[in-house]
Formats: sequence, C-alpha cells, structure tokens
Amino acid sequence: MSTQLLLTAAADVEHHIPVVAPAEADGAFSLLWLIIALPLLGAAILLLGGKYTDKWGHYLGTALPIGSFVISLVCFINVLGRDEGDRQVAQHLYDWFEVGGLDVGMDLLYDPLSAMFLLLITGVGSLIHVYSIGYMAHDPRRRRFFGYLNLFVAAMLMLVLSENYVGLFLGWEGVGLASYLLIGFWQHKPSAAAAAKKAFVINRVGDMGLGLAIFLMFVTFGTTSFSGVSALSAGASETTLNWIGVLLLVGACGKSAQVPLQAWLLDAMEGPTPVSALIHAATMVTAGVYLITRSNFIFELAPTAQTAVVVVATVTLLWGAILGCAKDDIKKGLAGSTMSQIGYMMLGAGLGVAGYAFAIFHLLTHGFFKANMFLGAGSVMHAMDDDVNMRHYGGLQKLLPVTFLTFAMGYLAIIGFPGFSGFFSKDKIIEVALTENLLVGILATIGAGITGFYMTRMMLLTFFTKKRWEDGVHPHESPAVMTVPLIVLAALSVLGGIMLAGNWIVDFLSPVVGHVEHEDPPLPAIVITIIVVLVVALGAGLAFLLFQKRDVPREAPADVSFAVKAARADLYGDAINDVIVVRPGSELVTALVETDRKVVDGTFMGGSGIVRGIGHGLRHVQTGYVRSYALSVLGGALILVLTLVAVNL
Amino acid sequence: MPDFGKPTIEYVELIPLFVVFGAACLGVLVEAFLPRETRRVPQVLVTLVGLAGALGATIYVATDVDKHADGAARGLVGAEGSIIVDGPTLYLWGLVLVFGILGTALFAERRLEGGLSAFAGQAAALPGTEAERIAATKGLDHTEVYPLLLFSIGGMLLFPASGDLLTMFVALEVLSLPLYLLCGLARRRRLLSQEAAMKYFLLGAFSSGFFLYGAALVYGYAGSVSLSDIDQAVREGTADHTLLLVGIALLAVGLLFKVGAAPFQAWTPDVYQGAPTAVTAFMSAATKVAAFGALLRLFYVAFDAERWSWQPMLAVVAIVTMLLGAVLAVAQTDVKRMLAYSAIAHTGFLLTGVIGAQGSGELGDNQYTSLEGVLFYLTTYGFASVGAFALLTVVRDAGGEATGGSSWSGLGKRSPLVAGAFAFFMLSMAGIPLTSGFVGKWAVFTSAMSAGFWWVVLPAITASIIAVFFYIRQIRLMFFSEPDPDGAAAVTEPSLLTTGTVAICLAATLVLGIVPGPVLDLVVGAGEFIR
Repeated sequence: MSTQLLLTAAADVEHHIPVVAPAEADGAFSLLWLIIALPLLGAAILLLGGKYTDKWGHYLGTALPIGSFVISLVCFINVLGRDEGDRQVAQHLYDWFEVGGLDVGMDLLYDPLSAMFLLLITGVGSLIHVYSIGYMAHDPRRRRFFGYLNLFVAAMLMLVLSENYVGLFLGWEGVGLASYLLIGFWQHKPSAAAAAKKAFVINRVGDMGLGLAIFLMFVTFGTTSFSGVSALSAGASETTLNWIGVLLLVGACGKSAQVPLQAWLLDAMEGPTPVSALIHAATMVTAGVYLITRSNFIFELAPTAQTAVVVVATVTLLWGAILGCAKDDIKKGLAGSTMSQIGYMMLGAGLGVAGYAFAIFHLLTHGFFKANMFLGAGSVMHAMDDDVNMRHYGGLQKLLPVTFLTFAMGYLAIIGFPGFSGFFSKDKIIEVALTENLLVGILATIGAGITGFYMTRMMLLTFFTKKRWEDGVHPHESPAVMTVPLIVLAALSVLGGIMLAGNWIVDFLSPVVGHVEHEDPPLPAIVITIIVVLVVALGAGLAFLLFQKRDVPREAPADVSFAVKAARADLYGDAINDVIVVRPGSELVTALVETDRKVVDGTFMGGSGIVRGIGHGLRHVQTGYVRSYALSVLGGALILVLTLVAVNL
Repeated sequence: MPDFGKPTIEYVELIPLFVVFGAACLGVLVEAFLPRETRRVPQVLVTLVGLAGALGATIYVATDVDKHADGAARGLVGAEGSIIVDGPTLYLWGLVLVFGILGTALFAERRLEGGLSAFAGQAAALPGTEAERIAATKGLDHTEVYPLLLFSIGGMLLFPASGDLLTMFVALEVLSLPLYLLCGLARRRRLLSQEAAMKYFLLGAFSSGFFLYGAALVYGYAGSVSLSDIDQAVREGTADHTLLLVGIALLAVGLLFKVGAAPFQAWTPDVYQGAPTAVTAFMSAATKVAAFGALLRLFYVAFDAERWSWQPMLAVVAIVTMLLGAVLAVAQTDVKRMLAYSAIAHTGFLLTGVIGAQGSGELGDNQYTSLEGVLFYLTTYGFASVGAFALLTVVRDAGGEATGGSSWSGLGKRSPLVAGAFAFFMLSMAGIPLTSGFVGKWAVFTSAMSAGFWWVVLPAITASIIAVFFYIRQIRLMFFSEPDPDGAAAVTEPSLLTTGTVAICLAATLVLGIVPGPVLDLVVGAGEFIR
C-alpha cells in the first residue's frame, strides 16, 4: 500500500516540476550579456593595464559593477511587468562547442531565480566595491585587488546566468580561481597563502562532484542545458537521478562549505574583509544553494539525494553554530555563523518545493545582514589597528556609533528578532522543516537558539562590556565611503522581510521551483514563531549572563571544558581531514616517488650526468638503469598478455 | 611461379609523403655538397618549404578525396593496400606537419645561445674534451638535424596511414631512429642528453621487438598482415583465439611504449628532460599524434570485433597511466620534468578516449565518436605542449635553460608576458573552461562515459584534479613567490622563430577554447577509418 502511495505522490510531484522553456531575449533583455561583460572588462583593464591604471582603477572597478546593477534592475522591472508565464528569457550568444550530440551554447537564462541573484550579486557587490575604496586606500596593490574583485563578480554572474551546466561550471571554476587569488591576496602572510591553498584543494573535491554530475547528465540526457534536462528528467531512472543529485550535492558542499567539505571557510578569513563579505558571506558560498535550487527538476525526482541534502544541511547548521560560540576572532565567529546560516538555506532547498523559495529568501536576507556585519567587523578592525580578537575589544558603542548601530541591525536580523528580515526568513524554514520532519525541525530550532547565544556574545564582547584595549589604540569611526554602504546594508537587513509581504517571493519564484499547496504545520504557525523566539531569547539571555555580568579576560582561558576545546579546534575538522585524506595521500605520493626513484628512475637527474663528473662516462652509470627500465617494459608486457588471455579464456 | 605485376601507386594522393621524403633526401645532398658554414639557411629553407608544400598537398588531397565504397569513410586505399589515405589520416597528417613546421622554427632558433643553435657543435667530440671546446669556439653547428627531422616526420606521416602491420612497423622505425639521434644532440648537458638518447634507443628497440613479435602472432592467426584482412579473420573467429589475444597484447606494448603509457612510461621523463628542448617540444606533440593515430587505426580497424577483449585492458592502462603521471608530477620540482610527467597523464586521458569506441549501432543520434574526441584532444594538447616547451627554451640562466623550479619563482614580475603565456598553457593543460584543454577533456571523457566506462572516467577526473594542483602551483610560483636570490632565471629575448611559434600555439589554444566549432567540424568531417 505504501508503494501505491509513493507512486501517486511521485506522479503528483512530476506534475509540479516546471520545465525551463525560455523565450528569446528582446528589449532590455538583449543587454543581458553586458551584465557579465562589464565587470569582465573591468578585470581585463585593471589586470592588463598595469600601473597606468593605478590612479583611477578603483573608480572604474567600482563603476562597472554598478553598471551591471543598473541593467539588472532594469531587467527586473521589466520582468515584473510580464505575465507569470513569460518570465523566462534566454539569450543565445554563440555556439561554444557543437559536434554531433555534444552541443553546448554560450546561452544566458534570465528567470526569477537568476533575477534575484543578479540583484544580490551586483547590488551588494557594488556596495562592497564602494566600501573597499576606503578599506584598501592604503594598500599599494589596490588596483589589483579591484581587478580580482571584478573578475570574481563576472564569474559569479556567469554562474547564475548560464543556461546550461557547462556554463555554470565555467562560472563555478571562475569564482574558485578569483576566490583563491583574493584569499591569498596578502600573500606575504604565510597563513594567507596556506588558507588560499586549502580552499583551493578542498574545492577541487567539490568540483569533481559537479564535473561528474555534468558528465552523467550528458550521458543520460544527451544535453546539459537546463531546458533539456528539465524536460527529460522525468524519464530517467531514479537511481541515475539519485547519483546525479548526490554528485551535485558534493559540488554544493565544496563551494558552500557544508560538512564534510567545510574546513576551508574559517581559514579563508585571511583574505581582506571586503572579500569575506562579498565572497564568503553574500555570494560565492551561496552558489551551492543556487545549484540545488536550480536543479530542482533533478532533486524532486531523487528522494535519496534530497534526504542527503537535508542531513548535510542539518549537521552543518549545528556544526557552524557550535564553532561560532568558541571563536574569539570576530571574522571567524562570523564565518562559523555563515556556515550555519547556509546550512539553513540548504535545509530549505533540501525540503523540496515547499522550501526552495524560503531558501532563496533566506539567502537574500542573509546576503544583506551578513555582508553588513562583515563590513562592520572590517570597520571595527579598521578602528582597532587590524586586531581581530574580540577579547581585546569592549565598550566600542560610543566610539563607533555608526558601526555599532548598523552592526546591531544585522545582529537583530540574524538572531531573528521579530520584525527584522532574518526573523521572517529563518522562521519560514523552521516551519517547513517542522512540517516535513519533526526531528530536523527541532534541531533547526536549537540551532536558532545557539545563533542567539553566539551572536549576542559577539555583540557584547565588541560593543558593550568594559574596554579591554591597550592604551596605544585609538578607536575611531571609519570614513563615509565605508559607513554609507554599512547604512544601506543595515536598512536592507531591517526591511528585507518585506519580500514576504503577500507571499510575493514565493509566487515570484514559483515559475522556477514549482508550487505546492500550503500544508499545515504540526502546530499553528504563530505558536511555532513564539517558540522559536523564546529559544533565541534563551540563548541570548545566557550569553548576557555569561559575558555582560562577568568580567571578560583579555586572554582566552585555557582551563575550559572539552566541548569548548573541541569547538575552538573547529570540531577537529582539520584533524579528521588530516587522518582520512592528507596523510594517506602524502604517504602514497612519497611511496610512489620512492619507488620511482629506486626501482625505475635511478639517479638520472643530473646525478649521473653532471654532478658525478664528466669523466665517468656513459657505460658506468647507464646500463644498470636501462636494464631496470627494460625490466619494467617486460613486466608490463607480461601483465598485459596474461590479463588479456586470462580474462578471455 | 607467381606472377609479379607492376604495383599501382596513387601518386597524387601520396604527394605529402613524397614531398617530405624528397625534401629529406635533398637535405642530405645539401649536407654533402655545401660547405659547412653555408648549410644552415638552405637546410632550413628546404625543410620549411618541404613541410609547407606537404601541408598544402594534404589540404589539396583532403578536398579532393571521394567517398569510399562503404559510405561512412572518405578516402582510398593506396599503394596496393599498404597505405590508407582516409579522413583521419589526412587530419593527422595536417597535425603532424603543423607541429613539424613549429618544431623546425624552434630548431632554427639561434639567438638564445648567442648565435648558435641548441644542438651540439660536433656530436662526435667526447664531452669535456679539447675537441668539444674547439668545436664550440669555432661556432660549429650540426645542420643534419633538419634532414633527420624530415625523415622522422615522414615516418610519422606513414605510421597512422599504414594499411598493414609491416608498413606500420617500418614506419615505426623510420620515425623513431632519427628521433633517437636528435635526442642525443643537445649543446649543453651533453651527457644527460646522450644518456637520454641511449635509453630511448635501447628501450625503443626493445619495444619494437614486442611489436614485431605481436605482428608475427597476428599473422599466424589471420594469415595476413593487412589490417582489413585481420578484421575479416577476427569477425569469422575460426582460428586459435589465444594466438590473437597474445598478438594484440604484444602489438599494444609497442604502441603504448611510443605514447608513453604505464607501465612503459619510464623513459618519458628522462628523455623529455635530456633531449634538446626544441626536440622535446616537437616530439611531445608530433610523436603522440602519430602514435595515437596508429593505435587508433590498429584497434579500431583490425581488432574492432575484438573490442570486448582490449577495451578493459586499455582501460586499466589508462587509469594507471593518468594516476601515475599526475601523482608523480606533483612531486617534481623541475619544470621540464613536471611537463614530462604531465605528458604521461595526458596519455592516460587520451587512452580514456580511445576506449570509448562503440559500434555504429550503439551510438546515439548525432553522437560524436571516440575517434573524433581523441583527434580533437591531440590537437589541443599538441599546441599547448609545443608552446609550453618552447617557452622553456627562453627562460635561462648562466648554465643555459633554467628548469629548476625555484629559478622560475617570481618570473611573473620580471617577464609578465612569458609567465602569462606559460600560465595560459598550464591552465589549458589543466582543463580550465574557456581554454582548449577543457573542450578536449570534455570530449574524451564523455565518449568513455557513454561507452559505459564510468569507472575509468572517475579516476580520470581525480587525476585531472591532482593535475590542476601542480599546474596551478607552477602559476603560483611564477606570480606569487619572491624570486630566489641565488638562482633567479631571466628571459633571453628570442628571435621571431620562437616568439612566432609561441604566438601560434597561444592563439590556437585560446581559439580552440572559445570557438572550437570549426576545428570540431573538421574533426567530424574527417569521418571514419576505411576498413
């Protein structure tokens, strides 16, 4: 009987999955390509132009993303004026490669989902560019920084605008490369170089997942375009779809720092703060959520993969929150929080049609308030001579009034204070989670409580409590070029919830992600809301008792419980990676090199030819090694013959 | 007594071969009759004109050949069945000739060594002796390298066009022997170079033996050396199967050695490193093209019906080759050696494409064949490889080419153009989107995937990820590391010969990444092998 139910459910679901069938781009939409081209042009001019562009490069680098923002806005207004049915527009630029069945076009797709992303990337991106003019004012390599930022923006736009998975992969690799360059921007710091490398290596694992998923899609469907795959996915077997889904999830885990590929995000904070705000809070790390939401036509038919998404998301949202509780470095605290919040988004995306829209909604509000707080943290660091240790802050609210107020808006939004943007978005995800699965819902609620705790701790340690900085430090408010973006982002953090008014965002996204009838949660919605708010209040109150009522030592106490030690050590994420991957890997390489050197390679490398002296001549050094080479040829031949015969007899 | 008829030779279709071999013979005459000091310019001219003429003839033949009788392929069976001029042959000829022209340009470069070529002044002089010193001070030059190059190219043209196993063997030797010599002619680090040549020769001869024995066994099985007759015999499948299987394996050894696949890859790093870099650049691209062409023809034409036997074998070889190449490349500090190991990894990727062979009935509508995938990959890899090795020749210190890893650090600051171009080739080899390498990898991986070899594609993607690591590390070294205070290498301004070569490779790599369409069309137009 249960099979019967499942079958009808599946048939029912198929009915709801929208097929991507865009119309040809015209009017304002024919400018779509410019959205990517403008920042790309900026990157080219700034990176190739050399020192001639030092003087004005940062202005150009800021103006071009603003241009992209304007076009995105025009397109958005245009799309609002259209009927719900014609809100998908595609622009064909040229055939990238086409041979037989392998047909990949440089195609762009503009639909409600990419519309939201475009506004977020170009809008928040432009604000962060403006902020960086002030933040990087004294850096001798400022021009290059803006060049990399523009490159990143262009790649990110490619990622969300492409109409096929190969183009998405191009953007995906592009943001990875730009992020690598930006994390390691201060390469003179060995920690920054190491962090860049770590992010790069871990992301390759994710990219491998995405690459395999694309190959599998191509082999299964014969196409990689969204329209093709979405039209054909209902015909594929569930096993195949589950595999594609899981591989896509691996890709998403790498980019979005989800367990088990989370270890790079905290280290990535070595990059300049605007980078953390743009890449590691508002845009790139949310690419995984985009990927899963975009691939709804796969995941809706792949229940196992969908369950995997929910599990990963739930673990990550708690994992990140726990890390956030123990960090004294303000940026790492925020990074832990980012990980946790993306966990919420992934959770929403993993919950299926009911959750996609809320995942994107939370992604947008999070983009506002987390960029706001990162930039706020940058402003605090600016004031504190680049000290990032919150234990050295305290009592800054009077000295940095603008930073304080804007940061507070972000704080209230992230903990979900009623009326602020984060309140609406997180509440909705928890509500859907409780409806779908009670355990996941309860864990998500607990996560909200922990969020209340660590964010209150951060707020108190930084702006309240007694001053703990040394006498030589003179905290001062940042210049207007930095505070104005903060104010704008703070306003968005407060008002972002407006997108939910009249269920607007859900209806707007429904052409992309489908629409389901509202299902009643186990408790009335208002009761759930009250419970969540109470849990958050509990967490915040606990933090207040622990940090405001007691003195905070300047040095982190060492005699702490096991739990705190574990959280400080990133829940041993690195140690786990080390044992499972790094050490066996490096031992394998060493062993192979050793074998190669001893058995096969001899001491060819100049050892024979030059160092041992010219007089030795060839005979002496050579014969032995050629013999061993020949032996390997003979051995190989023998193996080939034997296997071929053995297998076929 | 058997009748001896006069053999028919299709002179028009075989013009490219005649031109190249003719130019080579002319080169030998130049060598014999012109005084030593005046030989260089005529030699370079003869070589370039010969190769360009052969390329023109190839294009002419390509536009001219008709549909073959069986419809799927274009071209004809020439020289009494021993040479087959079909679409893939012509494409491979074009490719070999282009790489030959680029190689000639690199051979002729003289500005880097202060007016001398990169080849030994007097190969017969023992390293470190008075004779060698005299040869160096007199500014002697070996111009024999040009005819040698031409003979080798002639062999490379014949190799993938062979219609029977004997022609294939002869071609194998014709292409190999001059290469062995060329490898030993480096002006600097002569012991290293001679050692490399010696190794290459001994091992090459050894593996040729396997090939010949395999040919004998297959003859025993099929009663003929002609590829199409072997195909016929395999389809009938009446004779002793074991004989055939052993024959296939031994033939494979000979060819896998030439392409540098594991476990026959051991020579590659030593030879690539020891040979003069111009020779390395040429053979890394052209030998691979020719040998893969022959490999494809042998397995796709003669052993097509036996696919189920050799596909798993080559699949395992491919996996081992790419993983070994990628992992060992990670451990290299020398740039040239790193490129050699990366060449091994790319052999593995190419083999991944080779095993994607499917019967025409199994292919989906308009699905491209694995043959097309491999041909395209050869094109992309060849240009990136020639370009990268060409750049190695210009980065120098007092001891000649500086290939030690640390001497390249910070090169991006001193010579942004050279470092930028090298980085671009690295990105292409790594298969980053918008470079040619990405499209090539995509083509071979998907063809293996659609033939059901996901268990090969999985390690292939793993290997490409490992490979990205060392390519990017090289880029990082050039752009983000401080220069080594003791041994920083600098860029010596080369003449137009080298810059032109690099520029062509750069343009090809870029264009094949952004608009690969025309070349892909060309590859598809090449069609099938004639059976």
